Amino acid sequence: MTAPLQTADAPVPGTPGRRDDRVGGGLLDPKQLLASLPDALRKLDPRTLWRNPVMLIVEIGALFTTVLAVADPSVFAIAITVWLWLTVIFANLAEAVAEGRGKAQADTLRRAKQDSVATRLVGWTPGAAANGYRDEAVPAPQLRQGDVVLVEAGQVIPGDGDVVEGIASVDESAITGESAPVIRESGGDRSAVTGGTRVLSDRIVVRITQKPGESFIDRMIALVEGANRQKTPNEIALNILLAALTIIFLLAVVTLQPMAIFAKGYQAAASDTAAITDSGVTGVVLVSLLVCLIPTTIGALLSAIGIAGMDRLVQRNVLAMSGRAVEAAGDVNTLLLDKTGTITLGNRQAAEFLPVTGVDAATLADAAQLSSLADETPEGRSVVVLAKNEYGLREREPGLIPHATFVPFTAQARMSGVDLDAGGDVRRVRKGAAAAVTKWVRDNGGRPTEQVGELVDAISGTGGTPLVVAEHVAGEPARALGVIHLKDVVKAGMRERFDEMRRMGIRTVMITGDNPRTAKAIADEAGVDDFLAEATPEDKLALIRKEQEGGRLVAMTGDGTNDAPALAQADVGVAMNTGTSAAKEAGNMVDLDSDPTKLIEIVEIGKQLLITRGALTTFSIANDIAKYFAIIPAMFAGIYPSLDRLNVMRLAGPESAILSAVVFNAIVIVALIPLALRGVRYRPASASMLLRRNLWLYGLGGIVVPFAGIKLIDLLVQFVPGIS
Amino acid sequence: MSMTTAGVLFVLSLVAALVAVHRPFGDHMYRVVAGTRSSRVERGIYRLVGVDPAAEQTWGVYARSVLAFSAVSLLFLYAFQRLQNHLWLSLGFDPVVPHGAWNTAVSFVTNTNWQWYSGESTMGHLVQMAGLAVQNFVSAAVGIAVAVALVRGFARSRTGELGNFWVDLTRVTLRILLPIAVLGALALMLGGVVQNLSGGTDVTTLTGGAQTVTGGPVASQEVIKELGTNGGGFYNANSAHPFENPTAWTNWLEIFLILVIPFSLPRVFGRMVGQKRQGYAIVAVMAILALAGIALTNVFELTGDGTVPQAVGAALEGKEVRFDVSNSATFAAATTLTSTGAVNSFHDSYTALGGMMTLGNMMLGEVAPGGVGAGLYGLLILAVITVFVAGLMVGRTPEYLGKKIGSREIKLASMYFLVTPALVLTGTAAAFATGNASTALNAGPHGLSEVLYAFTSASNNNGSAFAGLTVNTPWWNTALGLCMLLGRFLPVIFVLALAGSLARQQPTPASEGTLPTHRPLFVGMVVGVTVVLVALTFLPALALGPLAEGL
Repeated sequence: MTAPLQTADAPVPGTPGRRDDRVGGGLLDPKQLLASLPDALRKLDPRTLWRNPVMLIVEIGALFTTVLAVADPSVFAIAITVWLWLTVIFANLAEAVAEGRGKAQADTLRRAKQDSVATRLVGWTPGAAANGYRDEAVPAPQLRQGDVVLVEAGQVIPGDGDVVEGIASVDESAITGESAPVIRESGGDRSAVTGGTRVLSDRIVVRITQKPGESFIDRMIALVEGANRQKTPNEIALNILLAALTIIFLLAVVTLQPMAIFAKGYQAAASDTAAITDSGVTGVVLVSLLVCLIPTTIGALLSAIGIAGMDRLVQRNVLAMSGRAVEAAGDVNTLLLDKTGTITLGNRQAAEFLPVTGVDAATLADAAQLSSLADETPEGRSVVVLAKNEYGLREREPGLIPHATFVPFTAQARMSGVDLDAGGDVRRVRKGAAAAVTKWVRDNGGRPTEQVGELVDAISGTGGTPLVVAEHVAGEPARALGVIHLKDVVKAGMRERFDEMRRMGIRTVMITGDNPRTAKAIADEAGVDDFLAEATPEDKLALIRKEQEGGRLVAMTGDGTNDAPALAQADVGVAMNTGTSAAKEAGNMVDLDSDPTKLIEIVEIGKQLLITRGALTTFSIANDIAKYFAIIPAMFAGIYPSLDRLNVMRLAGPESAILSAVVFNAIVIVALIPLALRGVRYRPASASMLLRRNLWLYGLGGIVVPFAGIKLIDLLVQFVPGIS
Repeated sequence: MSMTTAGVLFVLSLVAALVAVHRPFGDHMYRVVAGTRSSRVERGIYRLVGVDPAAEQTWGVYARSVLAFSAVSLLFLYAFQRLQNHLWLSLGFDPVVPHGAWNTAVSFVTNTNWQWYSGESTMGHLVQMAGLAVQNFVSAAVGIAVAVALVRGFARSRTGELGNFWVDLTRVTLRILLPIAVLGALALMLGGVVQNLSGGTDVTTLTGGAQTVTGGPVASQEVIKELGTNGGGFYNANSAHPFENPTAWTNWLEIFLILVIPFSLPRVFGRMVGQKRQGYAIVAVMAILALAGIALTNVFELTGDGTVPQAVGAALEGKEVRFDVSNSATFAAATTLTSTGAVNSFHDSYTALGGMMTLGNMMLGEVAPGGVGAGLYGLLILAVITVFVAGLMVGRTPEYLGKKIGSREIKLASMYFLVTPALVLTGTAAAFATGNASTALNAGPHGLSEVLYAFTSASNNNGSAFAGLTVNTPWWNTALGLCMLLGRFLPVIFVLALAGSLARQQPTPASEGTLPTHRPLFVGMVVGVTVVLVALTFLPALALGPLAEGL
């Protein structure tokens, strides 16, 4: 397993901390079960329960046995009735616990959503003179789309919008959990601000983009609470299958009655039992059989699995605007990843020093370091680091070198350097873009050798950036000392990640503005499957369309306004929270950490969600086999003694056998709640491997576990007085 | 040679023959259904019925064509029986009673061939030849056509069109069924099966009694009875009758004819979807289930419990001695594993568990290998359900051959799957609840098996009878007729609707993340899903019938 890649590691306040598992979830606290009990009881209302037909049937069955138990009380009837009610309650509990975890997060978010008073600027236009508009105080909830407000240091931003004037540092910890402030400024891709966050310094003018009551925080609250949760396509399909199975078992149980009456009539001499009388199988037993057969396990846990899946995303600071998007993430065939920041570190770094003939490497390193001391760009700092690491040159503080005049890096001069005045003997060292430094050498009477040109071309050829280092000692012609090779550094662990992706059947495509040659070099190094070089937003959109034409699902991340069309077109579009409002609107997920590698985790969570459903469905159906072996001999061995051969578990008596099956059926729901909430373990692997593993675990396990479970329960239940 | 060795060799020789034939024959069928050229005869037929062979049909039109054709066939067959006394070659028989005519009309149109009557004493030659035998051809062709339409749904993308029912029907009849039927009939005649238009020969028996021996166009009907997995015998005794099935090798040939089309259709499937290995996977599922069914039926019969079977070494009651136990048990398994329903021995007389196997073979939903066409589409439905559960377990929206199995697909597959269990169980329960089950010969578990068998056979369009149940009452004829009708056409509608929704989809290209549906793991899973679903559905009923009797 590779190390987690995300850098921002702070959990959302109020959520359990992240675990090491890549796709794990929060642990289940027993206290949560207790706390959710009132909610679980409230959910017994049939008007709530009708959305879950499997459990509704259990409830109707429980009502029926309650009537029977009241009319004709016996220990057996009462025990079955109690456990049938518990079955429904346990199912509700699973859902309530899953929802409860979201509620805690929602409360934290609500605190951020305090109602503030905003300063609305009326008549404001960009660049308007101060007297061209007036301001007025308006309660934040009354702000409309298009209103312009002024927010000053210490104030809470009253709604979602874009900064149209000014720059400020903003504390967004209320939604991201990240305590370090972020910069928000007008124009560009960092203009979006979120209502409920606080301006720490300066003042900004914000144009509100949200409709009243539909702010980002409002949507977040609705999402984590699971309010108006829509069933996802796979969930709907699974529900249909479960409904069909329920109908089959309903038929099997109902049609059994005339056959049972016929059989009992044939063996009229057989005495009545708790299970079967002359009027057929007793109601309590018939309901028990039905409840044991219909897929209650998956029926009980299905909605909890869905809620918990969304919750796992929220714990990773990803907000999915719909469950459909989470499911689509599991189906993704093609992953578009921006090169910079996702595959490579944000900036190029010095990788080696290439001296020209006649200059030794240490001299070049020394000159490179000297000339970079005043270069505060990441590239410049990386030169200093390389000199230290490779040649043991300690970093010299600019102030510690006597008689030195530093020339800082500027974008215009495209070079930096230092002038050393050793008693009138001035030595000038420069480092910078090849063209700029070569010109400087010429201007100072030198002639760059052809070798410099060759080195520069060689580096450019491999996709790197060459920086030329030169010196000029007074009285001599200037000369080039050598070349620094700057290159993109692929983040650690990316190749392994992409290998995993490939095993999962996902193709990775790197998107970059670099030329094809550079792009290819990095693509090869990172191990992505393909790349799109010199990519414009239109190219991205075209690529997504082309992939989708071929039936593939595409996921991508983006932050800029020009990413918006592609984000909207992609099946899974993850917008960075630092990005523009347009990007956030267009995508169907927002990553609050603004970590582009998060996409990989989102895919895994999507898959895990589906696997959990499939695994528990298999488990649920496989369970029925053992239940038959418990219930059928219990029902009919009284009339056909040979059927006792089916009692392979050697359960004590018919009543204890049936009760044990019902108890097992209920307990297994509670036992699986943690699994439903956490999701089954997922490791990236091919479909065949996953199927084999899950089939053994949940298919074979589903057959074996109930045999053991029912037997164990029977060992206890048979001692209950009044149970035969 | 011991009885067991003989039985094993018999089965192995069948397996070898099917392995050898299914590829070339499947390829031939593929060319028939995928081709575009029409022969002169076919063009004549299209002109006659006013069909443009180049026009494709959407699923709705295809389904309406199937239903319209079947409805016309049904009415025609009903009228034929009711009016037979006015027609030639009626042999002087009266018109068939209304409820019986309805039952038989439905029975032959649905490829079930459930027979409440004795053919030789109820139907004239013309009804048998021009009515029943014709339906033996076209009802089989309808099954193949529907299966082909479903496969087109998988093979095609972004289209609403599934082919042309009339073209499929014509081609399958003329180019697949008819040529083999002619050859097969000749082979059977060589083996001693009768073929004439005699009204019966009066003979004096050894003991001096007078007997009329009915002849008729038997071989021609016999061959399509097996080839089209129909099963309706010319004689009441069906393939146990020496004029239908005289020797051990005609017995072998008849079993081969029963199995050859159902086992070759997966090849057509593989060819049409462009991945032969997908066809091999389907045929593997069929073969595993079929071999298990045949083996278990044989085991239960050869090691039969009970005083008499143990005395003679096997359960011989109800079996022809010229076939012996194993060849009878293998025939019984083959006829119930396919929706044929022809019999060469009496399933009612089988051991309790052997009888349960014939029941269980049908309860699988006639998919191993099932009826012509119906077996393939039934198994593909089960594969879709398996893909759905397995697909979720690999973390993707389930897809089969690149087609996503979403809520519409799973809804149609579920409804398909619901039909037969619903008919079998409600029918059986209704028979007991209304007291109509009392026509069963036996009481107790065996009586329950007899009733359960009748509804299982009718609803799965098998048509074999357990015997021991009197069904020529208005209630039984009506109820079983309804089961046959709904058991055939509701699934057909769901299958075609599924085909329509699959054909519209753009397939997702396969990747490492796609569930492979051609590997042993998946094959095993389909087998498991089929068996478990059947077991879970029918175990309570079986417990009160054959299990109570046999354990």
